[in-house]
Amino acid sequence: MSDTHEHSVAFVRTTDIEQQPAPSNAAGPVKWMRDNLFATWPNALLTVASAYVIYLILTATLPWILGGLWNTSSLAECREVLQGKSAACFSVLTDRWNQLLFGFKYPSEFYWRPTLALVLMFFALAPVLFFDLPRKLLIMTLLYPFVAYWLIWGGTIWVPVFALLGFIAGYFVYARFVAQNFALGFFGGVAAAAVVWYVAGFVVSMLAPESPLLASVPSRDLGGFMLNMMLGLTCVSLSIPLGIALALGRQSSMPLIKWMCVVFIEFIRGVPLITLLFVASVMLAYFFPPDATVDLFLRVVIMITIFSAAYIAEVVRGGLAALPKGQYEAADSLGLDYAQAMRLIILPQALKISIPGIVNIAVGLFKDTTLVSVISMFDLVGMIRGPILASTDWNGVYWELLGFAAVLFFVVCYGISQYSQWLERRLATDHR
Amino acid sequence: MTLQVIAAILLALALAYLYSNLAANLRAAGLNISFAFLGSSAGYDINQTLIEYDSQASNFRAAIVGILNTLLVAFLACITATVLGVLAGVLRLSNNWLVRKLMAVYVEIFRNIPILIWIIIIFTIMTAVMPGARAYLGEDPERGLLGGLFAFTNRGVYTPAPIFTTGFGGAEGSGLNWLLVIAALVASFFGTRFMTARADKIQGETGVRPNTFFVNLAIWFVPLIILAFLLGLSWDMPDPLANRFNLRGGIQIGAPLIALWLALSVYTGAFIAENVRAGIQAVSKGQTEAAAALGIRPRRVMSLVVLPQALRVIIPPLISQYLNITKNSSLAIAVGYADVTATLGGITLNQTGRAIECVLLLMAFYLIISLSISAVMNVYNNSMKLKER
Repeated sequence: MSDTHEHSVAFVRTTDIEQQPAPSNAAGPVKWMRDNLFATWPNALLTVASAYVIYLILTATLPWILGGLWNTSSLAECREVLQGKSAACFSVLTDRWNQLLFGFKYPSEFYWRPTLALVLMFFALAPVLFFDLPRKLLIMTLLYPFVAYWLIWGGTIWVPVFALLGFIAGYFVYARFVAQNFALGFFGGVAAAAVVWYVAGFVVSMLAPESPLLASVPSRDLGGFMLNMMLGLTCVSLSIPLGIALALGRQSSMPLIKWMCVVFIEFIRGVPLITLLFVASVMLAYFFPPDATVDLFLRVVIMITIFSAAYIAEVVRGGLAALPKGQYEAADSLGLDYAQAMRLIILPQALKISIPGIVNIAVGLFKDTTLVSVISMFDLVGMIRGPILASTDWNGVYWELLGFAAVLFFVVCYGISQYSQWLERRLATDHR
Repeated sequence: MTLQVIAAILLALALAYLYSNLAANLRAAGLNISFAFLGSSAGYDINQTLIEYDSQASNFRAAIVGILNTLLVAFLACITATVLGVLAGVLRLSNNWLVRKLMAVYVEIFRNIPILIWIIIIFTIMTAVMPGARAYLGEDPERGLLGGLFAFTNRGVYTPAPIFTTGFGGAEGSGLNWLLVIAALVASFFGTRFMTARADKIQGETGVRPNTFFVNLAIWFVPLIILAFLLGLSWDMPDPLANRFNLRGGIQIGAPLIALWLALSVYTGAFIAENVRAGIQAVSKGQTEAAAALGIRPRRVMSLVVLPQALRVIIPPLISQYLNITKNSSLAIAVGYADVTATLGGITLNQTGRAIECVLLLMAFYLIISLSISAVMNVYNNSMKLKER
């Protein structure tokens, strides 16, 4: 070999060439840009066009936002300071911060109460959302509705206490009888709770002190973003069990129950939420006993709850239908009755499939709570369109206020959907 | 069985209880359930109507005006939302990084902010940013009409209006002319369908596909042009000189309609984009590869292999988005667009005090729309179902 080389090749390298970096157009950012931004001519044009759109949007909004004023007392003052320059007048947010969050009637000395309820909400939701946490923390979640009710509405503490006692009594009766028969346990529990509440109706009026620890606030004084949060949280948590019940009813083999659920679900899904809110505001009062005054907040909660329950029922039905038939048959062959099969075999799997759908409904529901502004409740949008934009100080500050509302909703809704994606990955137990 | 009997008894008891409450409340308020108010004069004006209407017309006619307005904005929004959604959905799968991210931002922003806020934002843009009609008026206006045809004012957009000078109803015009145009369009639609089917047949027999493009173009446009001559089509232009205070002539598309239309389109478009993306991604890669292995060209792979399979996944959620548009159009009440919720459920309800009747009629209308769309969807789903064994 070496001989031939001596004659045919002028020079043979004896050492290796040092490793060179890849050419700049085949690696690094240049390669990335060629692949992802300028792959073909049309692609490059598209890139330039979108870059231009982004540039337009940023040049229009950034100076406006960065030059914004935060501490003037009215729009007129803002204009004076800006002297014709185009910049935001964020002072409306600092000036009306409390109104945006709590509405304009909630007593200002009690703002700490809803704030505390909001902080507690995170503690109450944590064990539900992140199930790696110790299960005992769920006690906090179960207590939360009563604490939050007492904090926000105030009044005598005996109302939430007796409401809680009713649930506890119901639970004990249920636990005592459920081993024999699910229906007996369930209806027994409901009856026990009803008895406790009936008795409490008399006891509370006797026990109620003249001046309760937390002064009572009527629900018509609630408003602002607090109202959106309250409606969203209450209605979602109430509508999930109702929706599951409706879905099971729709899958039921008993024609009457199935028929009732189908009619209910299709009716609710067929009409817009706003007509249901009209029902709540002008029509529902006709269906209550003549002497009862059910306040608007409760009526709205009822209507939004049944609205989203119908949608959740359809999502859960999808989950139930997606389960292989073998699961139902396996549960039957193990000798489980209907309640056991549902509780232990079917629902855990069906609900897991339905989680993305349920979260979508929850996000939609939270966005839909803004519709209550149409029936003149002063939620965040109602506050902006009503008292704030109508005031002489801030008449004309559209973009700052609407932008604030948009950002607030975006943060919450985007957060929820990111959580649901995390949960989906976390629950993905199938092997791929 | 026992459970069913219990349920039946409970249902009957609940209904009876609600009914007795209703009867007692109505008696106490001195009311009764009657739909006679539909015949009486409405007594309010509606600024955007598709059919003739004045304040002397009956409440029933006001409701019909509202229904037509609802259908109008829903129809317009369905078209633009579909276009926008398909575009954004396809672009989200583009291999261009910047475009992909831009579309993701569009989808996330519009999906996560309530539609009510979008409607208000766009309405505010329409009313607070656009110039007043005055800017377009006079011999030497501040602003010219766009192309001499369109004026964008804070009250809405003015566009030229087609009028038929020699058609039915003479110079006044009549709805019959429009029916003729619609009939021509429907006929053209079936004509092109027939031509395409014929081309398919010829291709099946001989392997050569006749060119249908020009024939179809002719089928669409020739009848329209003939009609335009027969009916004496001319255009009624917005005229800056006719009046000192407002633009005259042309069609005024009110700001509420535009705000509602655009907001519904961009909001629902974001949802449709996600459906389209999911549909395209649901077609497995093997299908594309198999088509390529058969030697089908890339463009035809999309139209012959991927899209037909993707459509099966896309169309059911798409139709439910159309339903959502129709239901969300009820938010018109927030910007003062006279849809059925604003006329029947708003002004008529408040003026006559017939809350129960109005809300029931309103619900019945939306139910009929929803149920008929779901019926269409079921027929479609059954025809598209994978035929297995």
